[in-house]
Amino acid sequence: MTHPARIRALTGHRLFWPCVTLILLCLLNTWFNPHFFHLDIRNGHLYGSVIDILNRAAPLMLVSLGMTLVIAIGGIDISVGAVVAISGAIAASLIGGTLVIQNGAPVYVTKVPMLLALLAAVGAALLCGLWNGLLVAGAGMQPIIATLILMVAGRGVAQLITGGQIITVYYEPFFFVGNGYLFGLPFGLYVAAAVLGLLLLLMHRTALGLFIEAVGINAVAARLAGLNTKALVFGIYAFCGAMAGIAGLIICSNVKSADGNNAGLLLELDAILAVTLGGTSLAGGKCSLWGSVLGALIIQTLTYAIYSMGVPPEINLVVKAVVVFAVCLAQSAAFRTMLFQRRLFQRRTGAQS
Amino acid sequence: MKVNPRRLPFYVTLFLFVLLFGFGSVRYTGFFSVQVFLNLLIDNAFLIVVAIGMTFVILSGGIDLSVGAVVALTTMISAALVEHHGWSIGVVVPLVLAIGALFGLMMGVLIQVFQIQPFIATLGGMFLARGLCYLISIDSISITDPVYTALSQHKIFVGGGNYVSPSVVIALAVFAAAAWLAHCSRFGRTVYALGGNERSALLMGLPVARTRVLVYVLSGLCSALGGVLVTFYMLSGYGLHAQGMELDAIAATVVGGTLLTGGVGLISGSVVGVLLLGVIQSLITFDGTLSSWWARIAIGVLLCLFCLMQRFLGRTQRGASLPPPGTHKPAQRSDAGAKDAAPSALIMQSHALPPFN
Repeated sequence: MTHPARIRALTGHRLFWPCVTLILLCLLNTWFNPHFFHLDIRNGHLYGSVIDILNRAAPLMLVSLGMTLVIAIGGIDISVGAVVAISGAIAASLIGGTLVIQNGAPVYVTKVPMLLALLAAVGAALLCGLWNGLLVAGAGMQPIIATLILMVAGRGVAQLITGGQIITVYYEPFFFVGNGYLFGLPFGLYVAAAVLGLLLLLMHRTALGLFIEAVGINAVAARLAGLNTKALVFGIYAFCGAMAGIAGLIICSNVKSADGNNAGLLLELDAILAVTLGGTSLAGGKCSLWGSVLGALIIQTLTYAIYSMGVPPEINLVVKAVVVFAVCLAQSAAFRTMLFQRRLFQRRTGAQS
Repeated sequence: MKVNPRRLPFYVTLFLFVLLFGFGSVRYTGFFSVQVFLNLLIDNAFLIVVAIGMTFVILSGGIDLSVGAVVALTTMISAALVEHHGWSIGVVVPLVLAIGALFGLMMGVLIQVFQIQPFIATLGGMFLARGLCYLISIDSISITDPVYTALSQHKIFVGGGNYVSPSVVIALAVFAAAAWLAHCSRFGRTVYALGGNERSALLMGLPVARTRVLVYVLSGLCSALGGVLVTFYMLSGYGLHAQGMELDAIAATVVGGTLLTGGVGLISGSVVGVLLLGVIQSLITFDGTLSSWWARIAIGVLLCLFCLMQRFLGRTQRGASLPPPGTHKPAQRSDAGAKDAAPSALIMQSHALPPFN
């Protein structure tokens, strides 16, 4: 391979631009905070800005991975934020919000065994996903509208579970899910990595990847080719719901409380943004799991950069808006045509003469 | 009497509204009064205006998620200009309306010219407008301007000691204008044609591109006007105002019988939809024992029922011989249909390339 061809292969890779964006953001962070890449070992685990970003990005990564598959089959799930709230609310209300002090020392009490509470929360999230799948695959609703229903009602359900209050959790072992460290790295990161590994295995080693791509590119053709598209769509929405549920647990454990109104607020939009940033087209078809992970990291690094620059965090929204527009325009065929029209025109006329 | 199946959701909503209002009148003392009905209008005037803008967008086959954010931005700009810079209301209101329309124009151009999905483009718009609110101020700005306070407290008596606010008059005027625009003007007919079938509309020689951009301009303008009404209602500007209003507006439109795939619906349907949402809210307030989140759950359930009804009607209509405008479209509308309409084969070709190339 010649030198320019190698460069072209590199820049043409679908993960090239997400990687460049992430590296630029890291450099920007280093500019404002020279210790950005500095890592310490404190209390037996790694400690530093990068670890912090990875830890906080874990829930978004999980949701984005579920969203990637949903978008790959040509759908969208805007209910994930509400599902996050429901899952957190169930976990927190089952574990219970009372601080019991015996003999001057706090005792960790839980209403139901923690594992059961966690399973119930993820199970409820899975049910939410199944409901979305039922509406999309069973009733044939538009994905945006089908998931809009749960987006509207889900927050109400979450508030119903928490009784309209913010439930604070005092049960220490639960905090491990969102704040714990395993072998020096945050626990949430292992969960995200496990899901990523599982999905990569399923997508590349089994026919699932092919099926998803087939449904995303042309659902009718896939069905006529003998694929059980309804079952596939159903399963993928359920999976996306379950991912949102696990993310909800991590978020709930991280902040040690459940807030039906604000937990996972605008998370669906962040997840869609992460997927888009990772190079997955919203039109469906090809998807990139690694791209979505990178997208989630980009969003979290951007948030971190904005915090470390000292500007109000709300400005984040404006930056995100600019990123959304830039990514959409980069994906827009019409915009590219407009940019490259002259060059193509010259090339065409050159070929004719 | 034969009822047009397309109008059925509208009649169901109207019936539900009357039913719920009747239920409230029987159940709670003091519910059955003209003033309670007028209060529905007073408390939902801004939502009526915003939902009317949304109806045009949904009729054209699109969606606008930025409306709540534009409402918030409008309250913020109005409050900042009136309070911090001492501008008069006569300058501020036209200015914010122009900003709203300009914002809609930007959305429309992104959607029409650059072929960005309406959902994503207006999502970006939502981020942008909310972010701009916080650029102005992170805190709420309360308005003490005498003209604003006078307008917000002004009561227009309609006989029998009952009154409405000036906002209601504005909302009803917008309703009348929108109904005329949708059902009697050339623009309205093009919107219906565009939502019914974009390719047919294009082949008929209708100005599809211009209409689609104008629909988003109209939605931006309505959101800004809704924002002005919210400013009167709340007497403050805040970046967190109108959180989730886009969902309420979409819900009201859908419940009012507008088909989400576009092409079918009534402006009056959306108004009845808003009133239905409002009466649910009033019932919960009157009951006192029900918590506010039941309203969200009820809206979700209603939304679900109406969407299922739409699907059902869509399926039964497929076999029936009905006039072409707004013919049934498959639920998972692939974007290929829209792209097909683009005359350039080059666009099709380059669309097949992976992004970031």
